[in-house]
Amino acid sequence: MKYRSVFDIIGPVMIGPSSSHTAGAARIGLVARQLFRDQPEKVSFHLYGSFAKTYQGHGTDVALIGGILGFDTSDPRLTNAEEEAEKNELTYEFIIENEVSHHPNTVKIVMEKNGRSMSLVGISIGGGKVEIKELNGFELNLSGNHPAILVVHEDKYGAIASVAAVLAGKKINIGHMEVSRKEEGKDALMVIEVDQNVERETLEEISALHHITQVTKVHE
Amino acid sequence: MFKTAEDLVQKAEQEDIKISEVMIRQEMKVHDRSREDIYNQMERNLDVMERAVNRGITESVRSVSGLTGGDGKKLHEYMMLNDTLSGNLTMDAVAKAMSTNEVNAAMGTICATPTAGAAGVVPGTLFAVKEKLNPSRDEMIRYLFVSGAFGFITANNASISGAAGGCQAEVGSATGMAAAAIVEMAGGTPRQSAQAMAMALKNMLGLVCDPVAGLVEVPCVKRNAFGASHALVAADLALAGIESRIPCDEVIDAMYRIGENMPTALKETGDGGLAATPTGNRYKKEIFGAGK
Repeated sequence: MKYRSVFDIIGPVMIGPSSSHTAGAARIGLVARQLFRDQPEKVSFHLYGSFAKTYQGHGTDVALIGGILGFDTSDPRLTNAEEEAEKNELTYEFIIENEVSHHPNTVKIVMEKNGRSMSLVGISIGGGKVEIKELNGFELNLSGNHPAILVVHEDKYGAIASVAAVLAGKKINIGHMEVSRKEEGKDALMVIEVDQNVERETLEEISALHHITQVTKVHE
Repeated sequence: MFKTAEDLVQKAEQEDIKISEVMIRQEMKVHDRSREDIYNQMERNLDVMERAVNRGITESVRSVSGLTGGDGKKLHEYMMLNDTLSGNLTMDAVAKAMSTNEVNAAMGTICATPTAGAAGVVPGTLFAVKEKLNPSRDEMIRYLFVSGAFGFITANNASISGAAGGCQAEVGSATGMAAAAIVEMAGGTPRQSAQAMAMALKNMLGLVCDPVAGLVEVPCVKRNAFGASHALVAADLALAGIESRIPCDEVIDAMYRIGENMPTALKETGDGGLAATPTGNRYKKEIFGAGK
């Protein structure tokens, strides 16, 4: 079941005009920023399907920029995101893609700062709900059904066990977990969907662990 | 978690509780939250809806494109001065639904129910029916839980996205959700709520998503207006004891299949239907320039 809360239906509180194309786009942008853990200097948005066709009318462009700047779906600054981007020295470009993607509302976001870059693919499935399908070439199935944490780590033994142990210590149950890596012994990614909300201190505890590069929470 | 309307109605009947109570208890259980916490969040959503309605009926809001705005206020003023043909409760719901969508189109703050493009129907009917039934604050919050319960089923078994299922998935879903909620507020049974949802959605099947210039304005604002009137009619039918020959869950399934068969041009691409009329194309050129 894709939707699990009454507030997926009655909500979000948001700046108009579209829950999928504005609020959903802002949320994908916000997740991208959270994952990048910094404000990028430069960002490219590759738009597919309905996003590509109607992004201007729906404010998808300002919403994506706003999300990258850290604005929530109800933040009134979303409407002026282009000016805010200029103030915050963020440059951006929109690229219209004609390829067919597996969902009509798909965006690929590529962020850069000081030679560091990150890319992700997000889809907006309706009513403001989003899913992340790809991160830096790692395929994910981050359903958005549950609160989730993404942990970038070194592909070393014990990394997974140490993260699981922290969660167990907090009585947080893991509902679904995926680990993927592109090359043995290099960067790897854990996607952990949990049943309970994860507090900030838990995330801090995980980021302090050995072999852990980056920890990000997605969804409340 | 309940998966179908039948499931939802049976849970309510077996435990002798309202649909809203089934939704509240599920939310508490699945998300490990207190009743108070959930209530407070829903009340904040209710406050946002109320502000949007009031803004739309009192201010002449205008969208950036200039295509929509001010009609909610116009209708509100008309019904204050005239004995309307379709009745003041219906016109009040219509005015308040349009107001919400006009605020949405003007990039104002709204609460998606279930989406932003369909955000007018649920609050529009709520704040109109409120004038007649004088509900408590608690009952108004419960109205949103009933709407949410039926939206939840629709979203999980079909779609609430115009890009995936057309307008039937957005305003159609919202209309069914509102019809079911009106029934509970008016004292109808859980089964009557499901009947109202079924009858309301049946008559929205096939509705395409064809926004002019790709904007959530034309025809979205007026589709919310008619959705609100439609929800009231469906609620009255259900309260009269009239039943849908096709069960609610099968109507939702039909909506899903129709959405799957709907051409992409009619699913929020701005390529077909009203968007592709000469006037629709002219607006698009005026708003975005000839190059787009």
